[in-house]
Amino acid sequence: MAEAEESPGDPGTASPRPLFAGLSDISISQDIPVEGEITIPMKSRIREFDSSTLNESVRNTIMRDLKAVGKKFMHVLYPRKSNTLLRDWDLWGPLILCVTLALMLQRDSVDSEKDGGPQFAEVFVIVWFGAVTITLNSKLLGGNISFFQSLCVLGYCILPLTVAMLICRLVLLADPGPVNFMVRLFVVIVMFAWSIVASTAFLADSQPPNRRALAVYPVFLFYFVISWMILTFTPQ
Amino acid sequence: MASADELTFHEFEEATNLLAETPDAATTSRSDQLTPQGHVAVAVGSGSSYGAEDEVEEESDKAAVLNRIKGSLLPRPGHNFVRHHLRNRPDLYGPFWICATLAFVLAVTGNLTLVLAQRRDPSIHYSPQFHKVTVAGISIYCYAWLVPLALWGFLRWRKGVRERMGPYTFLETVCVYGYSLFVFIPMVVLWLIPVPWLQWLFGALALGLSATGLVFTLWPVVREDTRLVAMVLLSAVVLLHALLAVGCKLYFFQSLPPEKVAPPPQITSLPSNIPLPPTLPQSMAPS
Repeated sequence: MAEAEESPGDPGTASPRPLFAGLSDISISQDIPVEGEITIPMKSRIREFDSSTLNESVRNTIMRDLKAVGKKFMHVLYPRKSNTLLRDWDLWGPLILCVTLALMLQRDSVDSEKDGGPQFAEVFVIVWFGAVTITLNSKLLGGNISFFQSLCVLGYCILPLTVAMLICRLVLLADPGPVNFMVRLFVVIVMFAWSIVASTAFLADSQPPNRRALAVYPVFLFYFVISWMILTFTPQ
Repeated sequence: MASADELTFHEFEEATNLLAETPDAATTSRSDQLTPQGHVAVAVGSGSSYGAEDEVEEESDKAAVLNRIKGSLLPRPGHNFVRHHLRNRPDLYGPFWICATLAFVLAVTGNLTLVLAQRRDPSIHYSPQFHKVTVAGISIYCYAWLVPLALWGFLRWRKGVRERMGPYTFLETVCVYGYSLFVFIPMVVLWLIPVPWLQWLFGALALGLSATGLVFTLWPVVREDTRLVAMVLLSAVVLLHALLAVGCKLYFFQSLPPEKVAPPPQITSLPSNIPLPPTLPQSMAPS
């Protein structure tokens, strides 16, 4: 599902000259040949890429997509200013993370009381509708990031919180008590901060500077709610 | 500089009355004296943005939103929130995210109250109570959108009685209600303190601030109507606001299973192993 998306417009460069300004200055003399081939090397490579993926084995296809997802996980864990998450967006990673998180967070249906933790569907809905709302928010504020790129970034940056959920489940196997709670609180806070840093590293550049804080606050609220769900998880 | 301030205020009032009658007009002269903003082009509710936020070039939009929040926190009798702070450019960012924050803060602090109560009395059963998030979200959003809709409809219906000032647009009414809900956020956080009279005090203070802001905003529109209609409308607005605050307090901040009709938020006086039979027969009788 990895696609080459056109790069988001670079907000910093604004060409001061109008287009085709210098064109009138060019005069084509008779002895300069103006014939040739107009081929774009990239395009032919993609075409041959496409036709060959039909014939490759299923294992190759899956491994290629898994490698792309794994590469993006690395980019989230060590956030640098790079365009990889934005340029080749895919939604497999967010789907895997969301399903894992929802499976771990859902209440035990054997013991289900009326006011327990969230159901699987509730976690799923919160994650996906939260991400869609934040994306719409940043688009309405005038950001120049595309819809799916933003969903991709927000979904991938749930990775630290999923790791926190795994750690919390392991810690909960030990005796309950204040130390247990403090360890979980510390882990969740650290991972929450990591998620925020990772997502703002990717998203903040796409907003005009006077609206950056307005675009970052909903991201903060989104990850805060997910962290709250992780922290209050109690195994029945 | 009281006299100079009064002079500019009166000029602005006249300009805003003119603006109110022709909300699509652009005015550049009046506001330049008062604010550091660039041109003021009045474009309400343009389709692809939150309102006219993208029209402001010089003032930071973050500062604009914070300014409006401050204006809702400190209502002043002369300053109409819509005219003074919104300046006929309502935005939907503030109301939407204030409602979202309030819904989540309600659910989180309600759950925190249960945690604190359980630490004092370990026999209380703690549960994450996730359904409260859903209830909070639906109730806050319905309040913040349906009540302004009703109010706007009512004001338009009574439009014929007024000569001087046109009614507010729907977005402006939503904006006023949204920003007026902001003061409930710190109130809800302060409700974590488990002292009942303090909680009611905070509730009354916040409700007073919020309702005062609403009344001051609505008063110029309503004062030309008959006294009866004006009084009924304003008291209905205040009553609905009070119902919201009291409902939030009673639903989200009860930490006991419903053994009493009005559950107090602190439980030190009531051990929770009192059996339930006094209430069960009542609830089972009609079924």
